[in-house]
Amino acid sequence: MSTRTIATVGGLRRVGPSQRLLNVVLYVFMIVLGVLFVIPLLWMIGASLKEEGHVLSSPPTLFPLHPQWANYGQVLSLIPRFFYNSVKLAFINVVGVLAVSALAGFAFGRLRFPGRNVLFVILLATAMIPGVAYLIPQYIIFERIGWVDTQLPLWVPRVFTPVFATFLMRQYFVSLPQELEDAARVDGAGTFAVFWRILLPETKPALGAIAIFTFLDSWNDLLGPLIYINSRELQTLPVALAQFQNEYFSEITLLMAGATIAVLPVILVYLGAQRQFVRGITLTGINR
Amino acid sequence: MTAVRDPVRLPRIASTGSSPGRLRRIRLWRKYEGLLYIFPVFGGILAFQAIPIVVSMYLSLADWNGIQPPRFVGLGNFRQMFTDDPLYWQTLRNTVLFTLGAIPATTVLAFLLALLCNRNVPGIAIFRAAYFAPYITNIVAIGYIWYWIYKPDQGVLNGMLSVFGIHGPDWLSDPNLALISVIIVSVWQGAGYPMVIFLAGLQGIPTDLYEAASIDGASQSRKLFSITIPLMTPSIFFVLITQFITSFQVFGVIYIMTQGGPGHSTSVYIYYLYQVAFSFGQFGYAAAMAWVLFVILGLITLIQWRLQRGWVFYG
Repeated sequence: MSTRTIATVGGLRRVGPSQRLLNVVLYVFMIVLGVLFVIPLLWMIGASLKEEGHVLSSPPTLFPLHPQWANYGQVLSLIPRFFYNSVKLAFINVVGVLAVSALAGFAFGRLRFPGRNVLFVILLATAMIPGVAYLIPQYIIFERIGWVDTQLPLWVPRVFTPVFATFLMRQYFVSLPQELEDAARVDGAGTFAVFWRILLPETKPALGAIAIFTFLDSWNDLLGPLIYINSRELQTLPVALAQFQNEYFSEITLLMAGATIAVLPVILVYLGAQRQFVRGITLTGINR
Repeated sequence: MTAVRDPVRLPRIASTGSSPGRLRRIRLWRKYEGLLYIFPVFGGILAFQAIPIVVSMYLSLADWNGIQPPRFVGLGNFRQMFTDDPLYWQTLRNTVLFTLGAIPATTVLAFLLALLCNRNVPGIAIFRAAYFAPYITNIVAIGYIWYWIYKPDQGVLNGMLSVFGIHGPDWLSDPNLALISVIIVSVWQGAGYPMVIFLAGLQGIPTDLYEAASIDGASQSRKLFSITIPLMTPSIFFVLITQFITSFQVFGVIYIMTQGGPGHSTSVYIYYLYQVAFSFGQFGYAAAMAWVLFVILGLITLIQWRLQRGWVFYG
């Protein structure tokens, strides 16, 4: 009857032979799925290191025997401007969203002021409207005020409407113990000092999750740069890369090296902050 | 500075030698100070959401090419959309097909992945990271990769099929296949996000339920259908709601992989809206399209909320 007692926590209990077989089968299944999920990405990295003309050799190989690091040198000479633009925008967006959402989250979570609840409901209501509703009118307004073909539309609206982030920060500020604040108030700290010195440092997990998601949104944004940027030197990395496809159509190795460079920062951020990432998703269910 | 240390004495000390109105000013400041902190976000909502929404309402009732002054046409844009634009209906149909293909596949795959990942096996963190990796990968890179996977003659996929003697199809240029090919990419990319939601849900199920079921002699599949799935219905509901909203607004994968083609076989709602506005310069018509999509999404969400009573189990 030992097969019955396994199930949940696995490993701790005695396991029957049929259960052991099932576990092996499931493990193999997990590996197969894992390969299916990762192999296109590995293929991208592999192709970026191959010699031009040897990418689609048959039988297909994943990694070349003699990696051509020069491909990266060639691509890096083409993209520094776009890479810089993407990094700059990501930085402004992350810092801006953190500042705006932390201030508002603090006010909604810890301060009393007239209209607080009504304003909070309005804030939540705006989250229900899909982004596409704003697409056309925002473009027209930005066109009128001369923002088209500048980078302003790629960060100003994002920084000043961090609705989900404000919600998340508010939840976090509410959960902090009142004693923390009281002690500081008794010592004569003003409201901003309470916010900046006492409470904000306690919200690091929420700040981390927001930073990661804002970074991702900004870095992977496609529609924004596509609509607003015409000048080549203002373009972001992903869109510049999409435009490469027309110019360097036949040079797969260069395209793949460029794609790898566009993906690498995101993968690194993810690996560095996996836990915050998952916490962020489960806390808020943020979606794009 | 004892005056600052004791908030009760603050007004009295502060008022000595200064105007008696100071106390009132401090009270006033305390009362309204919070508004200062929320000013940036509400300024942003006003400027970048509220005003655009009003502009968009007007635009949807106007004919405007972005250059000449807008001309008021009443419900003309909506009339054109519903009665005089076969392409509109085709893109709507494609969007529905995309959604109906992508959502069940993504949800089932994500649930399966979450079940697999919710076990204590060696290297579990690596598996989770692997399943999640496509979700954070840039769509342009994904487009490149899959373009070469799908390439008919020398592509990776058909190359592998040819090993088994199968002559693979033209994945992205066959109008009957292109949408399915795009759905496959979309499912592959999108499963990681709901997987994490499901994983969190699974980890919230109390283990003693399973232990009790084991003592009663329940089989694995019985536990899955009688404990796991019922307790996971809130997570499934949440995933379905968000999937519908994002799936109806799919753009990136279409723009990068097919540009709506071949023919218009993969042209979806937002892609067509993007073309109407930024290629054809019909901003009024595009704004009207956005409003119809907004209503469609609202209705779908409302229906899902109504239906949840029938199947979502809040323990």
